[in-house]
Amino acid sequence: MAESIGIVGYGVDVPRYRIKASEIARVWGEEENRIVNGLGLSEKSVPALDQDAATLAVEAARRAVRHSGINPQLINSIFVGSESHPYAVKPTATIVAEAINAAPVLFAADHEFACKGGTAGIINSYALLKSGEIEYGLGIGTDTSQGSPGDALEYSAGAGAGAFIVGKKDVIAEIKGIYAYTTDTPDFWRREHAIYPSHGGRFTGAPGYFKHVQSGAKGIMEKMGTRPSDYAYAVFHQPNGKFPRTVAKQLGFTPEQIAPGLITPLIGNTYSAASMIGLAATLDAAKPGDKILVTSFGSGAGSDAFHIEVTDKILDKRNPLPVLEVIKHKIYIDYGTYAKHRKKLIM
Amino acid sequence: MKPGLPLLWRKTKERYNLVGTKCETCGTYYMPERKICAKCRRKGKIIPYAFSGRGKIFTYTVIRVAPEDYEFFVPYVLAIIELEEGVRITGQVVDVDPESVRVGQPVEMVFRKIHEDNPEGLITYGFKFRPVA
Ligand SMILES: [Zn+2]
Repeated sequence: MAESIGIVGYGVDVPRYRIKASEIARVWGEEENRIVNGLGLSEKSVPALDQDAATLAVEAARRAVRHSGINPQLINSIFVGSESHPYAVKPTATIVAEAINAAPVLFAADHEFACKGGTAGIINSYALLKSGEIEYGLGIGTDTSQGSPGDALEYSAGAGAGAFIVGKKDVIAEIKGIYAYTTDTPDFWRREHAIYPSHGGRFTGAPGYFKHVQSGAKGIMEKMGTRPSDYAYAVFHQPNGKFPRTVAKQLGFTPEQIAPGLITPLIGNTYSAASMIGLAATLDAAKPGDKILVTSFGSGAGSDAFHIEVTDKILDKRNPLPVLEVIKHKIYIDYGTYAKHRKKLIM
Repeated sequence: MKPGLPLLWRKTKERYNLVGTKCETCGTYYMPERKICAKCRRKGKIIPYAFSGRGKIFTYTVIRVAPEDYEFFVPYVLAIIELEEGVRITGQVVDVDPESVRVGQPVEMVFRKIHEDNPEGLITYGFKFRPVA
């Protein structure tokens, strides 16, 4: 039997603050129903004033370490994907490494690939494992992204982090195959020093999200010789509540297959963390033998796809802090407090 | 006065992971760390110790007029936390309505931003506390 490489622990963090779409709509004179139905989400998470992509990454990583039960000194690689790293120059991975006590002997770097920098981090750690260079590796997706005031993105841009530790011992979900699809597509971008991103409006849909997610998902299924019906669950990047439902249908997956991993409708789009929190929630619900297809998406544009198979180990290694438990503690705020939290005021 | 970079850097383990010290001879915990046990003096054997971060509010105050750089946080809760190891330390309590805080409330350590110099300066991270949900 070939050695198995896969997930040995995972953790997520989501800020407790929430703002309702109806509250944002009220401020901008938009019709609430049009927004809620159009985006398929009714509220989003908002970071506290003292939370950023690094603090969320640290909390998620600490939970992943706790779940895995491993000595963090054995984590030999940390890659952190985000489009809201606190520093332009000074890696978030250095902060995480120190905060989980994995420093100093490890490979570390930050990634940026819009919403798929986190899955790219899992792939890097997977590759180092496969080449025998490390014992355990960590991939993190974390974001506190912003939409400019009044823009459609303001209703969906949430905050959160997902962390996955990969290794070869006590694997709860084996990563059996990976695939990636990348093109130069100008669907969404943010220049250095710009606070808010720019996007191509409707252009972000068809040539951006749908083309890449479809190509990624079809590519991994072709590589593995599988069909949608072979999978117990599927997780797609979820910039809103609508896109993942649509792409699942286009690819031939049922609403039931994507249900446990559809978390954006509850907390907003967590960007680099979105597909990873979706995978975490799916693993919370999965049984031994379940096959899970994961396809992330990052604007610019590309998709990473994974074929994952849940092992018997998951039965005695359930996550002590499931995603639904993390996100159920909520503190609602109004738009004024939200503007203060997101530093949208110029004083 | 703001601490300089070398002091901030030396205190990283303490701020990130609540690392203090413990005397192996008498079992006394110290936070912040001490090099010599106050009880055993030269007989003491001091080792680094990472506190669990679990504890309860011993006493607290609500800050309504904040010092420079903390104006956005008001009103916020500053508390003396009694850690489960028995040591008392000062920290901010977050994700909480100040009106709902009470003495004896169980709290857990969270990792947060402590200070930002200015938009171009260093960000300091470290422990704060929040009510156990
Ligand atoms: Zn002593």
